[in-house]
Amino acid sequence: MIKRVKIKSSNRDFLKKVETLSGEDITVCDRCGVCTGSCPLTIEMEISPSNIMKMVQLGQEDVMDYNSMWVCSTCNYCTARCPRGLDVSKVAEALRQIKLRQSFDKINIDKIPKEELRELPQIALIGAFRRLTS
Amino acid sequence: MRIGVYVCHCGGNISDIVDVKAVAQEAEKQGDVVFAKDYSHMCSGNGQQMVIDDIKEHKLDKVLISACSPLFHGETFKAAVVKAGLNPYLVEMSNIREHCAWVHYDDKNKATEKAKNLTKIGIEKVRNNKPLETIETPIGKRVLVIGGGIAGIQAALDLGDAGYEVHLVEKNATIGGRMAQLSRTFPTNDCAACILGSKMAAIPKNKNIKLSNYSEIEKIEGTIGNFNVTIRKKPTYVHADACVSCGDCVAPCPVSLKDEMQWGVTKRKAIYLPIDFAVPNKYLIDGNKCLNIKAQKKTGEPSKVCRLCEKACHQGAIDFSMKAEKEEFIVDTIIVATGHDVFDATRKPEYGYGKYENVMIAPEVERVIVHKGEGTPTIDMGERIAFIQCVGSRDEQIGREYCSRVCCMYATKLSQLIKSMANVNGENKDIYVFYTDMRTFGKGYEEYYKTTQRMGVKFVRGKPAEVIEDSVTKKLTIKVEDTLNNIIIESEFDKVVLSVGMQLSEGGNEIAEILKLPKSEDGFLQEAHPKFRPVDTSKDGIFIAGTAQGPKDIPDSVAQASATAARAMRLMNQGKITEEPLKAFIETDLCDGCELCINSCPPNAITMQNGKAVINPVMCKGCGMCIASCHADAIDLNMYTNRQMLAEVEAALKDKKEDERIVLIFANDMCGYKLADSVGTAKKAYSDAIRIIKVPSTSRITPQLMLQAFSMGADGILLADCEIKSSDFAGSIETAINYVNKVKNILTEIDEDPERVMIFQFVTVMLPKFVALMNQMSDIAYKNKPISNKNKEIIHKNISKWLFEK
Repeated sequence: MIKRVKIKSSNRDFLKKVETLSGEDITVCDRCGVCTGSCPLTIEMEISPSNIMKMVQLGQEDVMDYNSMWVCSTCNYCTARCPRGLDVSKVAEALRQIKLRQSFDKINIDKIPKEELRELPQIALIGAFRRLTS
Repeated sequence: MRIGVYVCHCGGNISDIVDVKAVAQEAEKQGDVVFAKDYSHMCSGNGQQMVIDDIKEHKLDKVLISACSPLFHGETFKAAVVKAGLNPYLVEMSNIREHCAWVHYDDKNKATEKAKNLTKIGIEKVRNNKPLETIETPIGKRVLVIGGGIAGIQAALDLGDAGYEVHLVEKNATIGGRMAQLSRTFPTNDCAACILGSKMAAIPKNKNIKLSNYSEIEKIEGTIGNFNVTIRKKPTYVHADACVSCGDCVAPCPVSLKDEMQWGVTKRKAIYLPIDFAVPNKYLIDGNKCLNIKAQKKTGEPSKVCRLCEKACHQGAIDFSMKAEKEEFIVDTIIVATGHDVFDATRKPEYGYGKYENVMIAPEVERVIVHKGEGTPTIDMGERIAFIQCVGSRDEQIGREYCSRVCCMYATKLSQLIKSMANVNGENKDIYVFYTDMRTFGKGYEEYYKTTQRMGVKFVRGKPAEVIEDSVTKKLTIKVEDTLNNIIIESEFDKVVLSVGMQLSEGGNEIAEILKLPKSEDGFLQEAHPKFRPVDTSKDGIFIAGTAQGPKDIPDSVAQASATAARAMRLMNQGKITEEPLKAFIETDLCDGCELCINSCPPNAITMQNGKAVINPVMCKGCGMCIASCHADAIDLNMYTNRQMLAEVEAALKDKKEDERIVLIFANDMCGYKLADSVGTAKKAYSDAIRIIKVPSTSRITPQLMLQAFSMGADGILLADCEIKSSDFAGSIETAINYVNKVKNILTEIDEDPERVMIFQFVTVMLPKFVALMNQMSDIAYKNKPISNKNKEIIHKNISKWLFEK
């Protein structure tokens, strides 16, 4: 069945939040799709980068239910080619920040083997949890 | 001096609020005022007659009408005083209706006091008025058209047919321009060469048109009615009058080159005919490639090298010693139709143009289609063809934010033409157009788009990210998101065609520099007003047509070209140009020749003569921007002289009471003053601290005048002007902003609130914003104490030090 979505006025709060955190004028995205075509990781993504932009425009918070923002490696291919001069990877970063601030853990520390944990640089864990850094 | 003052009741509009008798009595006390009368309707026949009779009877030499807005009835009273034999520039109006009665209706006392003050300001203004004459300069019927593309051809034909003397200058060997390189034209699919060819042929037939082909503009000096043009005709090495266009010279020529008229799709020789329907239809030798000319240039001597074409020519038309020739002539108006170049697709390396042999640009495909249609096929387009839209348009990465307006339609056309040719030949073609938005806005365009869709061309919404070549098969893979299907397409094509956008041509850039024409943000030439003067430039007598003004298709170019012809005729047909005497002038005695004013003038009206600055009144636009640049007070502006401005400011502040605050608003007549009138008409009340003074442009208000006003007790100053893009005066608002910032810094330095001075750009519908700003300025004035006497003194003493000793 095709998903049905209600667009409420309060949806703009989510858009505002992502715009503030990313510093990007997300509403100017035309969805030409250059970001998606340029992205080397779309093969792992559930929705495309340009789809993320359009969902955020309408304030659809369920954009964060898809894995795409975690797959983004901030390689900046999308940003280098966006004809509207948008930094798409900053938008992905903003979404990750919002999710992490909701005390969401992308990584379950218990599931990482002890030996591996010893090898991991501390900054990788700090980065993943964002308790203090975002 | 004998000044007559008239205070109008406006049938109660004014007199219901303002005590007009009290205003008249106060006015009568002012020096030089012979009498002050009040009357029910000054603008009525009786009112005007009263003024006329009084001028004669009382020998008045100045008249002040204290009534409505001068924008409303200024011309009425000018005409009236002329009937009495008075110079029209010796009457002024004080606006006690829109700027007083209608906005201070809630306090009759305050309204009356303000009306008295406004009337006194008016008396001071008119006291300093001088008789002026409108400026008339003769203008003939000679016009220069630069560029022989479809726009230039159309303009030249319209003017030539109407009996004007046209000089059409084209830098290429043939006229026809970009349109001559097209296959067919949308949305009717008629052949470009056929419909253009007859227009081109009409040029040499028209006895009023002189064509200088293969010629470049070297220099243009002067102004409307007297442009002195120098052109340079490049040598063709073939005498046009002897050449019979037989073409026998071509075969022996050993040089083979890419033919630029054919976008390199075919080759030409060093001696060639630019296109088969060239006008003039004469052969020429490419001086950069011909072996003989190259040898000649190397040694500086006539050379024996090659000369095969010379032997083949039965007419003896070839002349290797031909030199460039200069020609000088005078015209009255100029039409710039220099056209466009296409975007250099190598600037988008991800699409591989110039790197992959099967990536083409759309203009090349035009020629491929022409040659195929003529039965001499060149490049095989293969079976699977992809068009990539918006290459060089709508892309911030390459600094092109604008839409080129024709690419959607030409890609649709080319795919339609390829399809229908293939159908005739029984071939299969699979064509995809990858677009961001399809814009088929013109008459018959949407229908054309639908026809193309019906023919089976697939339109896919998504901008391709990159094109990758298979190094063995040379086939091209496009990677693109189909944004309507949420899928990523990776598909192979035989040819990829880039739909390249337009940019101002190189020649257009050169002409812009020669004529000092401003460009808009997109890099094209700027029109004087985007809505109401779309083919005028900010330079009088210079017009723009076609793609030099911005991307457009053939119908629009032709319409615009005819519009320029009409606009040019409108000027030339009058025989003379009449202008308001709103002009800056130099007090030669005061000028010390420092030259600082020269660069302050955007239309370059100021030059130095014998060590003194001189302003050309024909070029001067009357913005007054130059005044602030002069440290010797030697520049002044008619109708708004330094003395006048200062007298008005002084009159506004002279009677200021201790608990009172005065905010001066200098409003330009086109936006600020008009807006203040609208606020009055809408009866939107604002603080009575406001005094609105009309100026042609806020750049007339020098930092010096603002500081003088503060030293005389002004509590705030607001400059109200147009938005930069709709201003009549190039650069004036930017300059006024600088002036305001200068004054803000000085106020900060002496511990005064810098918010006392402000500039705002208005459009004439911003009524609430204007009211809010005026009230805000008044609030700031009341929040702060008046500027202390000590600070007034400091300002007064330091004005010239602050402004000129740096």
